[in-house]
Amino acid sequence: MTAQTLVTATPAQVPVRRRRRFLGRGGEDRPSWGTTLTLVVCTLAVFLPLYATLTMAFKTTTQSVDGQVFSLPSPFSVDGFVQAWELTNFPRGFAISVFVTAVTVVGTVLLASFAAYAIARNWDHRFFRWSFFYLLAAMFLPFPVLALSQVKLTGMVGLANPVGVALLHVMFQLSFSVLLFTAFIRGLPEELEESARLDGATTWVVFRRIVFPMMAPMSATVAIFAFLASWNDFMMPSLITADSTLQTLPVLQSVFQTQFSSNYNVAFASYLMAMAPAIIVYLFTQRWVMSGVTQGAIK
Amino acid sequence: MVTAAPTRPAGRDVAAPLQTRTDRPRISRTFYLFLLPTLVLFTLSITLPAIMGITLSFTDSAGFGEFQFTGLTNYVALFSDPAIRSSYLFTIGFALVTVLLVNVVAFLLAVGLTAKIRAKVALRAVFVLPMVISGIVIAYVFNFLFSNSVPQLGQAVGITALEQSLLANPDLAWLTIVIVTAWQAIPSALLIYIAGILSIPGEVYEAAAMDGASARRRLFAITLPLVAGYVVINLVIGFKNFLNAYDIIVGLTNGGPGTATRSVAMTIFTGFTGGDYAYQMANATIFFLIAVVLAVVQLRLTRGRNAF
Repeated sequence: MTAQTLVTATPAQVPVRRRRRFLGRGGEDRPSWGTTLTLVVCTLAVFLPLYATLTMAFKTTTQSVDGQVFSLPSPFSVDGFVQAWELTNFPRGFAISVFVTAVTVVGTVLLASFAAYAIARNWDHRFFRWSFFYLLAAMFLPFPVLALSQVKLTGMVGLANPVGVALLHVMFQLSFSVLLFTAFIRGLPEELEESARLDGATTWVVFRRIVFPMMAPMSATVAIFAFLASWNDFMMPSLITADSTLQTLPVLQSVFQTQFSSNYNVAFASYLMAMAPAIIVYLFTQRWVMSGVTQGAIK
Repeated sequence: MVTAAPTRPAGRDVAAPLQTRTDRPRISRTFYLFLLPTLVLFTLSITLPAIMGITLSFTDSAGFGEFQFTGLTNYVALFSDPAIRSSYLFTIGFALVTVLLVNVVAFLLAVGLTAKIRAKVALRAVFVLPMVISGIVIAYVFNFLFSNSVPQLGQAVGITALEQSLLANPDLAWLTIVIVTAWQAIPSALLIYIAGILSIPGEVYEAAAMDGASARRRLFAITLPLVAGYVVINLVIGFKNFLNAYDIIVGLTNGGPGTATRSVAMTIFTGFTGGDYAYQMANATIFFLIAVVLAVVQLRLTRGRNAF
C-alpha cells in the first residue's frame, strides 16, 4: 500500500490509483492465503541474520563461542553491550557518525534544492541546462575511480577527517538529489511564484517561502537517501579519514575481525548498535524510502 | 499539482521561450548564487580528482614526490597483468551472476507482493528492510553464519561440501559474496518491479481472466512482457552497482582466500600501499571508461521515460 501511494505521488501516474482495485491478478477477489504464506516463509531470509544478531548480542561470551547462533540467550546478558560500548568507544563513534550524517543530510538537501530550483526555472538558459548535465554526470562516476586522487587531495587540504567525508558524501549524493528535485520543481505550478514576484518578492523570498515548503515531500526522500548512504558507508570514511579515533561506526566494527575475535557476543552487540539507528529511521520513513527508489530509477 | 496545466493562461507556452530569450540578461543574480557554490564544490571534489587521476595514469608517480610522463606504459602493463585480469574476470562474473539472481528473486517477490494477499504493507516493509542495513556490518554477521552455522548445518544434514566454511574455499567463496550482495540489493530491484507491475492496466488482466488464462500464463504472457522495460533498467543499474563491489567483500573474504575474490575496487585501492599508485590510476581510468559505457547504455534505455 505504501509504495502504491508513493507511485501515485507524481501527477503523471495518478491514474494508477484508480486501477489499483483491479489488480487482483485477474478476477480473484479473495486474498490468496497460499501466496501470503509463501511470502511469509520468504521473510525468513530477511529475518534469520537479524535474529542471529539479536540472540548473539544478548548471550554471555561463554555461550556465544559454541557457534549455535540460533539458540536463545541463556542466561540473558547485556555484558556484550557494556563491553562493546567501551571497546569501540561507542559514544565517540556514534557522535562522529551523527555529525557526518547530519552534515550530509543538511548539505545535500540545501545544495541540491538550491541548484535544482535555479536549473528548473532557467532551463531555457544554456548555462543552467549544461550545469544540470554536468552535475548529473557524477551519477555514473563510481567512488573507486576517484578514490586515489580524492584521498590525496583531502590529505593536502586538511580534510582527511569526518568533515572531508561529509563533504564527499554530499557531492556523491548531488546527482541523484538534483535529478529528483528538478523533476519535482517542474511539476510545481509557476503561477504562485509569479504572483509573489509581482508583489515584489525577491527570488530568495520566493524560494524560502513558497518553493522550499512545497518541496517538503521530495526533501524528505532526498534526506532519507542521504542519511542511509552516509550512515552506512564504509568505503569513504575508511579511506579518507586518517585518524582512526575519528572513524564512523561502520568502520569501527572491523576491530572485531582481528582482536577480540572470540568475544562474539561483544561483536554482535556492537553490530546491533551500529545498524539499529538506520532500522529505527526506516520504520518511521518507509514511505519515502520506497518512493525514492522508484523515482530515482524510473524518472 | 495535477490541475496546474489547464489553469495556465492560454498562449503562455508559446510565449515562454520568446519571453526568456529577451529576458536573458535579467536572470536574477540569486539563481547564480544558488548554483555556483555547488558547481565550485563539485568541480573541486569530483572533476579535479578525475582529471588528476587520468593525468597521473600516464606517469610513473608513486603518489608523492617527482614523477615523469611515461605514456601508455601503465596501460600496456595492465593488459598483461594476470592479477588485473583475474580481478576484472571475478568482478564481471560476480556482477553477472548477482544481477541475474537479484532480478529473478525480486521479480517473483514483486509478483507476490502485488497480488491479493494478506498483510501486504507489513510484508513489503520486511522485504525492503535489508536495504537500510550497512553492507559491511551485515557482511560481518554473514561471515559468522558462513563460518559457523552453515558448516554445522552441513554436518547435521550430511552434505560434505558444506562442512567446511565456504569462505575458506577458493572455488566457492564468491558464492557467499553473491548471496550477501543479493540480500542487500533485492529491495531496490523489488520496489522498481512493484512500480512496474502496478503500472499495468487492470483491464488487461480482467480480459485475460475472462478468456480463461491461467495464473502462470498471465504471468508470462502479460506481466513479464509489460514490465520488460523495468527489467532492463534493473539489469543495467544492478550490474553497474555490483561492479563497484567493495564493502561486502571486505566483510566476508577481504579478497581471499588468496586473491580469489579480489574485486576491481579492491585492486585499485592497493595503489595506496603497493607503490604502484600511477599504475592503479590507469586501472581506475579503464574502470571509469567501463562505467561511462554503461552510463550511456542506461541513458539510452531510460530516455524514453525521461522528462528531459
